[in-house]
Amino acid sequence: MTGFAKPLKIALGLAVIAGLIVVPMNFNRYGLFILSQWAVMSIAAMGLNLTLGYAGQVSLAQGAFVGIGAYAAAIMTTHGWPLPAAILVAIVLSFAVGWVLGYPALRVQHHYLAFVTLAFSTLAFLVFRNESWLTGGIYGISNIPRPHIFGIATNKPLPFYYVCLGTLAIVSLAVWWLIRSPWGRAFMALRENPLRAQSLGIDTRRYTLMAFAIGSALGGVAGALYAPLTQYIDPVPFNLSLSLDLLMMVIVGGAGFYFGPFLGAMIAVLLPEWLRFTEGYYLMLYAIAVMLLLIWSPTGILGILDRYLAERRTKAASALRAVAKSRLETAQ
Amino acid sequence: MSNLFDLLVAGLATGAIYALVAVGFTLLWQTSQTINFAQGEFVMLPAFLMLAAMHAGAPFWLAIILGILLSMILLGLGFKMLLVDPMMRHGVLPLAIATMALAIGLKEAVKQFFSAEASPFPSIVPTGDVSIFGHAVSLQSIGVLIVAILAVVGLTTLLNRTSLGHQMQAAAQNPTVARIIGVPVERMILLTFLINAFLVALASLLITPIYLAKFSSGEVLGQAAFIAAIVGGFNQVRGAIAGGLLIGVLDNLAAAYVSTQYRAAVPMIFLIAVILFRPQGLLGRAEERTV
Repeated sequence: MTGFAKPLKIALGLAVIAGLIVVPMNFNRYGLFILSQWAVMSIAAMGLNLTLGYAGQVSLAQGAFVGIGAYAAAIMTTHGWPLPAAILVAIVLSFAVGWVLGYPALRVQHHYLAFVTLAFSTLAFLVFRNESWLTGGIYGISNIPRPHIFGIATNKPLPFYYVCLGTLAIVSLAVWWLIRSPWGRAFMALRENPLRAQSLGIDTRRYTLMAFAIGSALGGVAGALYAPLTQYIDPVPFNLSLSLDLLMMVIVGGAGFYFGPFLGAMIAVLLPEWLRFTEGYYLMLYAIAVMLLLIWSPTGILGILDRYLAERRTKAASALRAVAKSRLETAQ
Repeated sequence: MSNLFDLLVAGLATGAIYALVAVGFTLLWQTSQTINFAQGEFVMLPAFLMLAAMHAGAPFWLAIILGILLSMILLGLGFKMLLVDPMMRHGVLPLAIATMALAIGLKEAVKQFFSAEASPFPSIVPTGDVSIFGHAVSLQSIGVLIVAILAVVGLTTLLNRTSLGHQMQAAAQNPTVARIIGVPVERMILLTFLINAFLVALASLLITPIYLAKFSSGEVLGQAAFIAAIVGGFNQVRGAIAGGLLIGVLDNLAAAYVSTQYRAAVPMIFLIAVILFRPQGLLGRAEERTV
């Protein structure tokens, strides 16, 4: 998105942030819940975007990491631990499991990798459901408390929305820094041409595992927020379809684009709500919308913008060339 | 021991249905690099088409024919022309995601236009048991096995013994060369989509009497067929058949001997092991690595 002038971009960004802070102030309970959910899903999708969009490793297990984070947070906070400690544990746990899940990625690629992560996703769901001594089984864990941040209770929807938004902001900044760091460049090298990356001295083994672990850790963060958001968790939301949904968010928003996950999560979380007036048809319309979008632009929404800007640039460049050429001709 | 025999027969019967679905899955992959995440929903839908035909007053046999024809039009021709053709050149992943969306769409459509409840479905095989080597075996299992075996034998004969089958294989293995030697590649790809639609409609006809017709019944089935295809060999028809039978038997044995809670875990762990130690599948050939 280099087509916009920099001050304009900054102004647009500030306006969006201000809007996210101010506009929801008079939203009702449900509206705030949906917006908080959007923030949580954006975090999880951002993690997957790192793994898939930047490092090029297909994962169908992001939903399982959201589940791991959610259960970690639910178990710890119901036993009296503060939420930040639970988030830390969720990060460490998801990072470690993600690291281990990265090992198959060293052996197999593309669709095979997708299948391994798919199997992992199902296994994680079975553990959530069956190990009732830990997870409460199908009855789940209820009465998950919401945290006190700087002494302020966040039991009401609005303060907790700000907790989600604040976490989203922190994660966004961290990811922004990460993809501009040498690590981010290494991830992209891994995606574009693993063999060449290796020949340039990049330790592809380590970076592949890192891509998985960091992406998974962000899934864990999202989960650790999801538990206090809904205040009740059971295994059902963390089955395979959450992983598929998250993958859909990343692709629909635009994989490998920084703002892709925000847009993708917006479409996946908000579009069905906007379509609610169509009653039973809303998920069907959502599915059709996703298919049409992908037919039109397989690189997602930001792919459309990217293509448009690239086209404008080449047009502008060829116009300049034409002018220069005619000047040359008149001078002769 | 009698228990083991019963489990094996029941496992083979479910496995034969998985095999039908898995074969279609690998056919689509081979000819058009389509990973069809909606394959389970493809099995769910034809049963509802047949039920709809029966509600409209058609007798069962006519409903079956109509259901198979309609699914070949919708899930074969329609799927290929409307979704796969526009997306094929953009690579594997966007198309796979689009089929995920299609799966949601099909489920919701059936829920909305038909019913959210499970509907009973008539069986093509009479219920009852026969005695084989002193074991009572349900006629349903035997019927399912026979129909599935006939379908698979028919398909392998078509692929390996006829000129049409050879053309299809050529189109799958090397489209460029196939085109040069005069194989109508486009038509061959369309044919595999039609065959897939036929196979899922057949699977639907066989499995729905056992598990009832429900909008969500494709999820489990799709996943089982998916695993069967990978375990057996993603790029081989015979691999998918072996994988289907294996997963069917494994699933039934796991339910009896491991635990009902973790029965679903056994095929998954098996899948991970196969991918890690023999990624091309038990019977598959290795694909060249793309750099």
